Amino acid sequence: MPHRTFIWFILPSLAAMILFIALPIVSVVVQSLYVEHEQVLVTVENCGPFGCTEETRVDRDATAELREAQPLGRFNGLGTYFNRAHLATAEIAEAWATSDSLGAFWDRVMNLPFYRALVFTLAYTFIVTPLVVILGLAIALGVNALPRIFRGVTIFFSLLPMIVTPLIGSLVLFWMIDAEGVIGATLQILFDDPDLSLKASPALTWITLFIYGVWSSAPFAFIVYYAGLQTVPEETLEAAMIDGASRWERIRYVVIPHLAPLTVFIMLIQFMDNFRVFEPIVGFQAQASATSLSYIIYSDLRGDVQQFGSAAATSVLTIIGVAILLTPVLIRTWRDFNRKRA
Amino acid sequence: MAAASQRRSTALVVFSTGFILLWLILAAFPFLWTLWGSFKVQGDFFSRADWMNAITGPLTTEQTGGPFTGEGYWGAWVESGFWRNVVNTGIVVVCTVVISLTLGTLGGYALARSGFRYAFWLLMIALVFRAMPHITLVSGYLLPFFQWNLWGHLPTTIIVLVAINQPFTLWMLHSFFLNIPKDLDESAMVDGCTRFQAFRLVIIPVMWPGVITTGLFSFLLAYNDFAVTAMLLSSENQTMIPRIASFLGSVQQEGNVMFAVAAVVSATAPLFVLILFFQRQIVSGLTAGAVKG
Repeated sequence: MPHRTFIWFILPSLAAMILFIALPIVSVVVQSLYVEHEQVLVTVENCGPFGCTEETRVDRDATAELREAQPLGRFNGLGTYFNRAHLATAEIAEAWATSDSLGAFWDRVMNLPFYRALVFTLAYTFIVTPLVVILGLAIALGVNALPRIFRGVTIFFSLLPMIVTPLIGSLVLFWMIDAEGVIGATLQILFDDPDLSLKASPALTWITLFIYGVWSSAPFAFIVYYAGLQTVPEETLEAAMIDGASRWERIRYVVIPHLAPLTVFIMLIQFMDNFRVFEPIVGFQAQASATSLSYIIYSDLRGDVQQFGSAAATSVLTIIGVAILLTPVLIRTWRDFNRKRA
Repeated sequence: MAAASQRRSTALVVFSTGFILLWLILAAFPFLWTLWGSFKVQGDFFSRADWMNAITGPLTTEQTGGPFTGEGYWGAWVESGFWRNVVNTGIVVVCTVVISLTLGTLGGYALARSGFRYAFWLLMIALVFRAMPHITLVSGYLLPFFQWNLWGHLPTTIIVLVAINQPFTLWMLHSFFLNIPKDLDESAMVDGCTRFQAFRLVIIPVMWPGVITTGLFSFLLAYNDFAVTAMLLSSENQTMIPRIASFLGSVQQEGNVMFAVAAVVSATAPLFVLILFFQRQIVSGLTAGAVKG
């Protein structure tokens, strides 16, 4: 296809992506270099019968005017990145110098909002993703062994946790694990502890969120693996049997290698989706015990005073995180592409 | 017709069937439970005394005279005006799907037929764009949208959702068009068609299976979105999902959690119907990217 025709075909789609994905990234970078204006202070002298006093107060009109004139705020350079709400370099250095053990240092780092969110996001990404792959493969192997007439129904119900809106899925579970909901009440009876609450302890909240993550993404891995299982070559399986391979050996040496490229695909999609974990935290109202990078951006933008600078700085750091996560994939794809061309 | 390699021992069959049954309960029970419970009063759905109350509903019978009540639905749809959010969702979703498929088919077709290196790079960039957390993009929009008075309107949200949808749509349609033989449109061009005529007369009639599958996923993305719609829409233009989120805050104080439960069930129902009718397309769409890419 000649370059000219190509341009005309791709132009609308490309324009949409440049305007609403590429430019916002630029906008985020610019915004992160600015902070909100400080309030304009004026000093007025009040003279009364007992002499004069000086009083400093906020000039509301002037503040509003300044904010109107320069909506971005004042230039702050990289200041926002290193303040307490983000990379907190000063606090980290201080904690490192004064903490006597690694544990104490860790506790202090975990009190910083950005690191708290980062640790949860990474833990979520790297714990949920492998579990999704394993559970998805197990379900796919199980469904593949079912008689054909049951498979359609099984797939129908399996799709539900994945298709349903994340916020709704997490709300449905949230109501069930409520101390007065069915799962919460059952757990209290099982552990014989009337005060047991999944919402109260941070550790239990993290586990609840992980379980939600696996529950909602496993169907995706299942469907992809299930489709892959339909194309496992029958001849190879039979040859392996004739060679005396047991059932487990056949799965280990024939089926799993056949599914390996699918695993790469599932992991890639899951890393991308889990890194932006956000809705479950809103749905489970877990912000007291667990925040993610996306969540702290959201809460910066939602507060009474919208902190655009702070949200933008976190956004830039998140985008850098995504880039680091994707680099191996991109390098690998680039090599494959060159090998195909060569 | 089970081949020799498929034969299994009884123990294994029992184990794997049991495992699948367990999974099915895990997957479906929460939704069935909530559907059933949405027709009860709050005292039954969140029962301090005994969870069996949520099934039998003694308080519901006591308060309303019957074992089932539509109070939650009446409260949500009529008293709280949830129907307006449903209408908004309808507008946003339909427009998003139509526009993103139009742009996506043109772009995907071009990417599938161009052999140049930059087509590959565009796809890679689209992949990177797909990985961007939506909320980071939203934090880029907010300030400019406030300044230009674009904030809060449905068309703004639609165009943003279209753009966020594009990377995925391009990838998916690209792989569908790769499966349509090149000879088809090239022979049309030999017969004197321009590239666009070949696309319109030859490709469009055969592309519908791929477009419908991609459309389903665009629908899901627009329907399920929370980050964009919650931040970019004013309260009178809100769609269902952010409205449900804001229900939670107000409703818990007033003791009307059942309104939120009813709204949640209402928002799940269309998805249920969608899987019922399009299960095959959803499954083929999920695997299209994997098996070919």
